[in-house]
Amino acid sequence: MEYKTVLTTCTHCGCGCSFYLEVLDGDVIGTIPCKTSPVNEGKLCIKGWNVHQFIQSDKRLKRPLLRKDGVLTEVSWDEAMDFTASRLREIKETSGSDSLAFFTSAKVTNEENYLLQKFARAAVGTNSVDHCARL
Amino acid sequence: MTNSIAELEDADCIFVIGSNTTSSHPLVATRIFRAKQKGAKLIVADPRTIQIATMADIHVRQNLGTDVALLNGIMHVILDRRWHDQDFIDKNTEGFEEIRELLKGYPPEKVSEITGIPADNIVRIAEYYGKAEKASIVYCMGITQHTTGVDNVKSLANLAMLTGNLGRESTGVNPLRGQNNVQGACDMGGLPNVYPAYQPVNMIDIQKKFETAWNARLSDKVGLTVPEMLSGAMDGSVKALYVLGENPMQSDPDSSHVEKALKNVDLLVVQDIFLTPTAQLAHVVLPGTSFAEKDGTFSNTERRVMRVRQAIDPVGDSRPDWKIIQDLSTRFGYEMNYDSPAAIMDEIAALTPSYGGINYDRLEGEGIQWPCPTTDHPGTKFLHKDKIARGKGLFHAIEYRPPAETVDDEYPLWLSTGRVFAHYHTGTMTRNCPTLNSEISEGFLEINPVDADRMGIHQGDEVRMASRRGEITARTVVTDRVKEGSLFMPFHFIESNVNLLTNPAFDPIAKIPELKVCAVRIEKAA
Ligand code: SF4
Repeated sequence: MEYKTVLTTCTHCGCGCSFYLEVLDGDVIGTIPCKTSPVNEGKLCIKGWNVHQFIQSDKRLKRPLLRKDGVLTEVSWDEAMDFTASRLREIKETSGSDSLAFFTSAKVTNEENYLLQKFARAAVGTNSVDHCARL
Repeated sequence: MTNSIAELEDADCIFVIGSNTTSSHPLVATRIFRAKQKGAKLIVADPRTIQIATMADIHVRQNLGTDVALLNGIMHVILDRRWHDQDFIDKNTEGFEEIRELLKGYPPEKVSEITGIPADNIVRIAEYYGKAEKASIVYCMGITQHTTGVDNVKSLANLAMLTGNLGRESTGVNPLRGQNNVQGACDMGGLPNVYPAYQPVNMIDIQKKFETAWNARLSDKVGLTVPEMLSGAMDGSVKALYVLGENPMQSDPDSSHVEKALKNVDLLVVQDIFLTPTAQLAHVVLPGTSFAEKDGTFSNTERRVMRVRQAIDPVGDSRPDWKIIQDLSTRFGYEMNYDSPAAIMDEIAALTPSYGGINYDRLEGEGIQWPCPTTDHPGTKFLHKDKIARGKGLFHAIEYRPPAETVDDEYPLWLSTGRVFAHYHTGTMTRNCPTLNSEISEGFLEINPVDADRMGIHQGDEVRMASRRGEITARTVVTDRVKEGSLFMPFHFIESNVNLLTNPAFDPIAKIPELKVCAVRIEKAA
């Protein structure tokens, strides 16, 4: 049996509580609140205590999906990524950069938000980047 | 937030308006309770008797969409009784004479008529807030999700400036950010008008800086906001939509309109961890990972940048989102080659003044609150210290405007939407946590006993509810948490998706939709 704890930040609201994710043989089995965090000082709310439960849910998407004959079908990463990149390029070339628009996300990391807006602005050439800040 | 979560504990008065704090930000609520134990006065202004309202020294239930009138009324009393801070106003602000004139038109009696709050209670709020040495305002979506959202926020700033409650510990105007990394998404330039750190896309020297750093030609044209993207998708001017970790089918107002828009584009790409209602409409779905399967950072509501650390391998064949974006960009023809999120953060720091001193080594420990311009800067606990960010704080004289949609004979009831303690946003994650989903597993409609009686509706009855935009069914909870004539429903539950009914009318400046107010009618389902 291999057991470890990994210090990280809660994803369920903007408080940003810190906790240790407990990992047993590759499965996330629980959370332990961080006592030295200035935000939560060893406490969590019900959403934080149970945050590990969705991570390895059976319903997680495990492979890329591409719509074929109207149905979302599992495909390889190469196929999904080539399709996406070439369709985005085609649309940029035929209809112009501002015909593409990007939703970044209040749920992914800073680094990922940075990369997506950089992609939209530097590669595609549009400032149409927004997210659900207002919701 | 202008100030930090922990500072709330030492305030003498906390004014909570439009925030269901115990549900949506439980660990902020903890600090408020501690402040109360230490003797602080707690004021809650919320149309519903939410949990925190039951612990307040005073709770008032304003009519939906009347916050500006309420705040103007409070300020009227503060000026009238000379509880304002003339010294602070003289040294730090502009525009005081205009607002003083405007406030004359908001005596408590008149404000009482608009807001439905007894005049005496308006005076009491003014007294608690106006006389406090250190008063903090805490607000959330109940303030912003209105066609007058910006007016509401400016009115709160007016109140804080009028009483000198800014730029000191345990004071300030403190928005609680709704989603976990909404602060970070904004900081990182996930907005159509700015690069990271709110640097405008249409300022030439900023544009040049990013063109050099990114080795690309950049557009100086402000892009589209989410509502504009959706109307662009409808009229055909937007042909491709790329959606990363968002679920507009459920989070945005008027879902049938959203669905039509998403179905109308030539290419819809969705990158997410579950097959959300939005992903179900996509042409391509790219499986990203949860926060447990990657490294990175989140920025919380008090501007604290904190580490997210990988605990397990990606589930199935999913990939960390940063790797997906970088691979896509390279295939698209713009190469990206970061070896880790730490390397991305180094680039962010180089281009983002407020994150300039942040790197992964420094984030070991409790994180850093921006602004943090240099690597020897400790970070910033509260903003506006000694001087207000824009030089002098500007008062905005703002008149009350009613909400975009008001009740009438056809749609006689007010509807507001919000959250419950066990769930988060569209429920994509929390509804897949069995413990949380068993706490509350279906949507419900709160209705006041008087209204329920009049319509012969009982607890648990199924009702049909319609607005000008759509119709849904829902089970009722009969409770005086809501006022007579008002209904409330959470939006976490796709099976009874209340956003089919909500009004997409938005604030002219912030483009925030009026999710908190619309007019509906209900009837018992056959
Ligand atoms: S534990 Fe609760 S209060 Fe803390 S960040 Fe998570 S959801 Fe928010």
